[in-house]
Amino acid sequence: MLRIPCPHCGERDETEFHYGGEAGVDYPADPSALADDAWAAYLFLRANPRGWFRERWFHGSGCRLWFALERHTVTDEIRSA
Amino acid sequence: MARRLPTGGSRIDRSRPVTITVDGETVEAYAGDTLASALLAADRLLVSRGIYSGRPRGVIGVGVEESNAYVQVLDDGHVDRGGDQGGGGGEPMVAATTLEVADGLAVERIAGRGWLSTDVDHRRYDTLTTHCEVAVVGGGLAGLRAAVAAQAPGVRVLLLDDGPVLGGAAADLPAGSPAGLELEALLGELTCEVLVRTTVTGSHGHGRLVAVERGRRLHHVQAARIVLATGAQERPMVFEDDDRPGIMLACAAADYVSRYGVLPGERAVVWTAHDAGIHAALELAAAGTELAAVLDVRGSMAPELAGALDALGVPVHLGAEVTGTDGSDDETGRLVRVHTSAGSWDADLLAVSGGSNPAVQLFSHPGGRTRWSDEVAGFVPDTPAPGQAGRESVVGAAAGETATIPGWREQLTPPAAWFRSSVGDPERVFVDPHRDATLHDLRRAHAAGLSSVEHVKRFTTVGTGADQGRGFGVLTVGILAQELGRPVGEVGTTTYRPPYLPLSFGLLAGRNRGVLSDPVRVSQVHDRVAHAPMENVGQWKRPWFFPTADETGPGAMDAAVAREVAAVRTGVGMMDASTLGKILLQGADVGVLLDRVYTNLFSTLKVGKVRYGVMCGPDGMVIDDGTTARLSETAWLMSTTTGNAASVYDALEEWHQTEWPELDVTITSVTDQWSVVAVAGPSSRFVISALAPDLDVSAEAFAFMEWREAVVAGIPARVMRVSFSGELAFEVNVPSWWGAALWDAVAEAGEPWGITPYGTETMHVLRAEKGFPIVGQDTDGTVTPHDLGMSWAVSRKKPDFIGKRSLARDDAQRPDRRHLVGLVPVDGRTRIVEGAQLVAHGADLTAFPVAMAGHVTSAYPVGHDGQPFALALLDGGRDRLGEVLDAVDDLVPLAVRVTGPVSYDPEGARRDG
Ligand SMILES: [Zn+2]
Repeated sequence: MLRIPCPHCGERDETEFHYGGEAGVDYPADPSALADDAWAAYLFLRANPRGWFRERWFHGSGCRLWFALERHTVTDEIRSA
Repeated sequence: MARRLPTGGSRIDRSRPVTITVDGETVEAYAGDTLASALLAADRLLVSRGIYSGRPRGVIGVGVEESNAYVQVLDDGHVDRGGDQGGGGGEPMVAATTLEVADGLAVERIAGRGWLSTDVDHRRYDTLTTHCEVAVVGGGLAGLRAAVAAQAPGVRVLLLDDGPVLGGAAADLPAGSPAGLELEALLGELTCEVLVRTTVTGSHGHGRLVAVERGRRLHHVQAARIVLATGAQERPMVFEDDDRPGIMLACAAADYVSRYGVLPGERAVVWTAHDAGIHAALELAAAGTELAAVLDVRGSMAPELAGALDALGVPVHLGAEVTGTDGSDDETGRLVRVHTSAGSWDADLLAVSGGSNPAVQLFSHPGGRTRWSDEVAGFVPDTPAPGQAGRESVVGAAAGETATIPGWREQLTPPAAWFRSSVGDPERVFVDPHRDATLHDLRRAHAAGLSSVEHVKRFTTVGTGADQGRGFGVLTVGILAQELGRPVGEVGTTTYRPPYLPLSFGLLAGRNRGVLSDPVRVSQVHDRVAHAPMENVGQWKRPWFFPTADETGPGAMDAAVAREVAAVRTGVGMMDASTLGKILLQGADVGVLLDRVYTNLFSTLKVGKVRYGVMCGPDGMVIDDGTTARLSETAWLMSTTTGNAASVYDALEEWHQTEWPELDVTITSVTDQWSVVAVAGPSSRFVISALAPDLDVSAEAFAFMEWREAVVAGIPARVMRVSFSGELAFEVNVPSWWGAALWDAVAEAGEPWGITPYGTETMHVLRAEKGFPIVGQDTDGTVTPHDLGMSWAVSRKKPDFIGKRSLARDDAQRPDRRHLVGLVPVDGRTRIVEGAQLVAHGADLTAFPVAMAGHVTSAYPVGHDGQPFALALLDGGRDRLGEVLDAVDDLVPLAVRVTGPVSYDPEGARRDG
């Protein structure tokens, strides 16, 4: 059971949150200017590192805040990003 | 024979006899007995049989390390207490060594495998959550010391123990012994919360433990610090015919004396690899067991122990091993003779102790690493999981400490890492009796090239039984290491995963079963429509159809729906539409947000107007549709599909918060704040006019896709002219608590026009005839707005909207994409089946694979013309109108003709009444 530090509510159980995948994948400023490959990369390609990973979480059953944190994908250690 | 001693037994209460049933026969026991001690006391040694071999098996251990004595519980004897319905309680594969007896307990002996009861489980299970600063797992002396040391003002300490009483082994020792005195002192100081008969089954990281109390309560424990004082479990050694009833772990055998006052045998041979086994032999002798011989694999024995055995006249054989056994000829196959490298003896008990395994499972669950310790001759905790560092500690025997309990089974000479007899038929050396796996099986795995303990486990199934290798797991590793010629520590253990003990599904479900398994949502109108059959739409209950007294039997729904459809098409119908998702968007930039999330333009919408919109994901596929009304310059009300309300709400939040936080938008779910009654049909105008005399409902004053504030039946309301049926229609929105009053008023006002309540099925027929897709039914995440024939709702002018870039891909514009089309049966009467696959007409269905051209997404038995019709997704469908295909259901083809998706009023002439 991950204990996730919501910036607004504090530490809460993982079950209150939705996972949002890799953080920092911004919606492109001008999608129409992107070639198919670049657009597909935005849509589908995400990092999957062994180690520290900056990822998004949504406190859906709480304050409904989206935020990012860093989690170690091997040990599940969490630190605020 | 095994028998009850006249005195003794720290755990039993001889004043409280208990009667249980085993295979239909009565067995007398005492309160505090386990099934295993009760069976031993009755000299019933045969408890189970090998799952494959059918060999007779008895009790090996005294606790969770048991690998043989698993039974089927028919009735747990539980008596109804406060709401628990009791009854049944059947459960497969329960260890006799952990099953406490109770009057009414009925069990059945099994051959290695139980069976699932088909009875409803009426027992009541609960789930509790506890937060504490310190959780101490294990209430032996080590755990008690930790708990007492942690106690302080403001520090919540929780002590959990799987036994019936605290104290662990110290509780079995005389009150005046050093351990007994310390226990008494600790219990006197103990003030923290204590849970006994509570097994921690998992350590899930981040300080979370899951524990089971008496099989009925599931505790989620969130602890800032965890102290593992889980003790150690005795390890066997194996040899030829090591699985007979009468062959037990030595310390377990002695524990039956001290805990239950049960002597497991009259004449014993003891074989040990560590001093605890010799202590156990002396304890058995003191209780009345004649020791035929004591064998130690080691070459020397501490003088104290050797002297004690010598004083009893017991022959001691150092460096000796057991080589085989003989069993009785009767069905119990019980031990009668022991063969060893030092001679053979008649015996009814062979007590074996190969050492002790620190109980490192909970330490390992979150990723703690163990190492082999020669001093302990077992795996001990090494590196805690990184996430547990600083919050977890291991103490006592679990940490490999050998002197936790003063004066008890002291280790005077280092133990030997000894796992199996050097001789014997490998096919009769059982390394995991629970799985009937033998030394021969391990060698076969090795010969097949397997050297990883994980692979060997899966190849041989060693350690995969209900005991999960608690009894024989480390032993298997030791033997494997010998076979491989590698150090034990290098081979390592298999991965320990939760749960440590089996958890029942009933326990995991807790109260969330039956009607409580999922929240039930009903609208404020529900009381008025609750007599109708209900359809589940997400968590909502919605009236499905409203049968009259005449509409009964299997044709009831078809008849009711035909009548309801006709009412809406020719007169007026009413429906509870309160469940549609409703999202209030407020702020100066709502139009900007809507322009981005809808495929069409919204910012130009005037106050008082309503617009239909389609929403796509970034991949260009439709995720929802619905109408949005502009309430004011800065307030908009969006409606969503009933089942998608939450996901649309979440999607809007996500885009706003994570991509466009600069937009002045506040998003609020108001689904439950509004009740909605849809009034649909050519006569609907008269009904609304009667209810809202001040509202001009003429087509000129109140046009399609507009909304008005009005007082309807005396209730402040928003009336919207939207239609999901193609007919003239009004949706009346009122504050939710007025829902039932509004429903009653509409029904009364509509009476002169024969207003007919209709349900979701009629709504589906009406919309399907108009070719309106239902997202999630007619779409499946691979469908674009263009595929649905909704290019008109996709803006070409907007620089961007979510999905636009994906819709510009070549693939999104292929002419042979699956399009939404209509279907009718060629014969004009046979019903089309939802989900049927579309293939070429006359295709050979036996020539696999049959090329699939699409599938039926919605099908209805009767449309306005009295004939069945359907919607379907079909490859290049829009270019195939008129073509005949086969709709195949369960290999039965039905000839269908492709039509446009709109089968009723394609000109839209009816929406103004
Ligand atoms: Zn929060």
